[in-house]
Amino acid sequence: MKLTLHIWRQKARNDKGGFVRYTLADVTEHMSFLEMLDVLNEELVVKGEEPVHFEHDCREGICGCCGAVVNGEPHGPQKGTTLCQLHMRHFKDNDEIWIEPFRSKAFPILKDLIVDRGAFDRVIQAGGFIAVRTGSAPDANGITVSKEASDLAMDAAECIGCGACVAACPNGSASLFVSAKLSQLGLLPQGQPERMKRAIAMIRKAEEEGFGYCSNYGECEAVCPKRISIHHIARANCDYHKASFTVWQGTGGKAAR
Amino acid sequence: MKLDPRIPSGPLEDKWTTRRNGVALVSPANKKKSTIIVVGTGLAGASAAASLGELGYTVKAFTYHDSARRAHSIAAQGGINAAKNYQNDGDSTYRLFYETLKGGDFRARESNVYRLAEVSNNIIDQCVAQGVPFARDYDGHLANRSFGGAQVSRTFYARGQTGQQLLLGAYSALSKNVGAGTVQLYHRKEMVDVVVVDGRARGIITRDLVTGELESHAGEAVLLATGGYSNVFYLSTNAKNCNVSANWRAYKRGAGFANPCYTQIHPTCIPVAGDYQSKLTLMSESLRNDGRVWVPARAGDNRSPDQIPVSERDYYLERIYPSYGNLAPRDISSRAAKRMCDEGRGVGPGGRGVYLDLADSIKRLGHNVIEERYGNLIEMYERITGEDPYQVPMRIYPAVHYTMGGLWVDYDLMSTLPGLFVLGEANFSDHGANRLGASALMQGLADGYFVIPTTIGDYLANSKLPKVAADRPEFTEARQSSAAFIQKLLAVKGHRSVDSFHKALGLILWEHCGMGRTKESLTTAITKVRALREEFWADVRVPGEAADLNQEIEKAARVADYFEMGEVMCRDALLREESCGGHFREEHQTEEGEADRDDVNFCHAAVWEYAGPDKEAIRNVEPLAFEVVHLAQRSYK
Repeated sequence: MKLTLHIWRQKARNDKGGFVRYTLADVTEHMSFLEMLDVLNEELVVKGEEPVHFEHDCREGICGCCGAVVNGEPHGPQKGTTLCQLHMRHFKDNDEIWIEPFRSKAFPILKDLIVDRGAFDRVIQAGGFIAVRTGSAPDANGITVSKEASDLAMDAAECIGCGACVAACPNGSASLFVSAKLSQLGLLPQGQPERMKRAIAMIRKAEEEGFGYCSNYGECEAVCPKRISIHHIARANCDYHKASFTVWQGTGGKAAR
Repeated sequence: MKLDPRIPSGPLEDKWTTRRNGVALVSPANKKKSTIIVVGTGLAGASAAASLGELGYTVKAFTYHDSARRAHSIAAQGGINAAKNYQNDGDSTYRLFYETLKGGDFRARESNVYRLAEVSNNIIDQCVAQGVPFARDYDGHLANRSFGGAQVSRTFYARGQTGQQLLLGAYSALSKNVGAGTVQLYHRKEMVDVVVVDGRARGIITRDLVTGELESHAGEAVLLATGGYSNVFYLSTNAKNCNVSANWRAYKRGAGFANPCYTQIHPTCIPVAGDYQSKLTLMSESLRNDGRVWVPARAGDNRSPDQIPVSERDYYLERIYPSYGNLAPRDISSRAAKRMCDEGRGVGPGGRGVYLDLADSIKRLGHNVIEERYGNLIEMYERITGEDPYQVPMRIYPAVHYTMGGLWVDYDLMSTLPGLFVLGEANFSDHGANRLGASALMQGLADGYFVIPTTIGDYLANSKLPKVAADRPEFTEARQSSAAFIQKLLAVKGHRSVDSFHKALGLILWEHCGMGRTKESLTTAITKVRALREEFWADVRVPGEAADLNQEIEKAARVADYFEMGEVMCRDALLREESCGGHFREEHQTEEGEADRDDVNFCHAAVWEYAGPDKEAIRNVEPLAFEVVHLAQRSYK
């Protein structure tokens, strides 16, 4: 098939950037979306032009590197699918495709389709873990977890940290990302001691990083390649509010606000 | 090159305890004074950096990704082995040790493999405590499944995303330490050289992948946890950025490279669809628990699979290997698939494929159980091929997946370059000539959580390591030579893309140094690789600038290293005149077509030593001594 592509090109962080039009002939339906971009880049390189820069690595939908907004939708039109797993059989001859980076205040553009998602890491560093020293764990079957809780925790743990939820949200909120981690750890017995502290720390850090608030649009769930449910946001909010009354943070014994 | 494995004396089962009791310790007050550089943040690197940070060392960790959660460990699907014996099916440390050693075709060190089996249980404990949501039974206890090459159920798993969950566990431990300030984490920085001062590894040079700047980092020890080299074949199941460059640059600074010819071809991958193909996708070996592998009994049978009655199908793994059946080890299953296709019984476009059929299990267990076990894998297959495995059998074919070879290390994981330690897939130590399923995750975490935190202290306490500053001439020299290398790539200004060369190299190696190798094919490969390498340096086109985010420079530098590495891999395969594990020399096979090992002449690790630019690498040997295990021909019949 023949395609017309409009791709966001931006030389560097402070460059203005804009759409550039390319036409591509001989795209086959079995190609992945990124392989289609490879074919374009091959043409550009041979001409001595700089190829379109995009982040990618595993190309099997698990590393979370790739992602772009395709015709207005993060990761493109197929539900529950990362961009690398989207195949060209979902497009047709003479289609026009608009490709741009994940846009958000908290994700500055580095080049073309590559953005800096370091804010996600900093949110995890603020509390997205169960603190356990190497070597100090009890026998694994000493902690039993109901299958229901374990499966639900696993649903949340599938998050790949790609940032599509943020790009889709009109508020630029990272609530789905943050709540997936809070939910995973909060559902497990191992995660209880730090549960309240964790909710406060992660949610406040996300705010500090410039992510917006959740107002229940539900766009995040709709674009999430791992189909993570916004139920986790409800669970996280619940913990956050509870924590606001119960966590003592150097307040001389009074509940922190 | 001196190859002293430094294996502790005493009985096999006491060696690790002996070593732990004997290592010199660094006092808590002094740990802070030692800076440890960790390159790579996959399972091995992240777990090492987190554990060393907790101990009080000053840790600097480096990743070329935008986040420490992206390394290719994340893509491991099936599971992680441990000798917990929770199923009461007769498992033990010895059994896990023996099966891993046998699976590796008796080409690994007994002592290292035993230690791996010994610490395997601690890994599961550690991960559960971190909140890794392993699969559980209805009673709330941990579930297990079987994997290739094992007759017990010892594999722990988290749906089809075990690697992801384990990596996120290690990443969370690392993040905790970064938040606490005990580890300094550098993103988007790729190691381009190891700096040697007075014969010891004392630092690295990195390239900032956003600005292109070359930077020096000094320390008391350097840990490489930089993965394997499957991508030398271009098409593999590895992530696109996986590369051999960190290991190769270390090799050029004096670290021996062991057994490069030991590469693993995984039997269950989605077949190649076209020449635009950028990578191959694995379908977890765990599918072989419930999937049956078959081809038509008659060559040239083009009927669709549902039209072929059971009596006209050949379930060849069950037929040839009745006791292991569909769970025969990877190397054996891969070669069997190739033989079927060579006989003209392959299926799908080009006849390079065999069926992996879930139909019987769906009938027996129901759609829901199969979906719960493998739902994400089945969905992935459907996305890529457009076919529904609940209705039509999957088509699979072998693909390069893992490399058992890597930098040589002693029992303490130190390479032949003092102060340079190598962890996980990047080293050669535990899997011999073939790795069993669910053992890579085990090794990465064993090295990072439990081995290196013990052994590195001994090196630091017993070595005189005066502080070195990053402005010493050794650092300047390394920085300048890295800059010159990049300039040289940019200056060619030829007509062909880096990818086109990489694809051509991959084809040569897959054809001549892939599943079956001969003296003739390997000699041809060496000639072809050399010629292509010359063409690369004469005609490659690397657009853009050095001082910029430039993915073409990243790829070009890696491919340049693959040319050199690929040649050494072929020479290693050429000189190993036997078949073992993943290394199959067609001249050396039994009457039944199985690997014919030569324990008299090749019961050793071959360790390659860099001799200088354009000089042939030197082959050294570490003999493998087996004190406990009796060497036998592997049989899975």
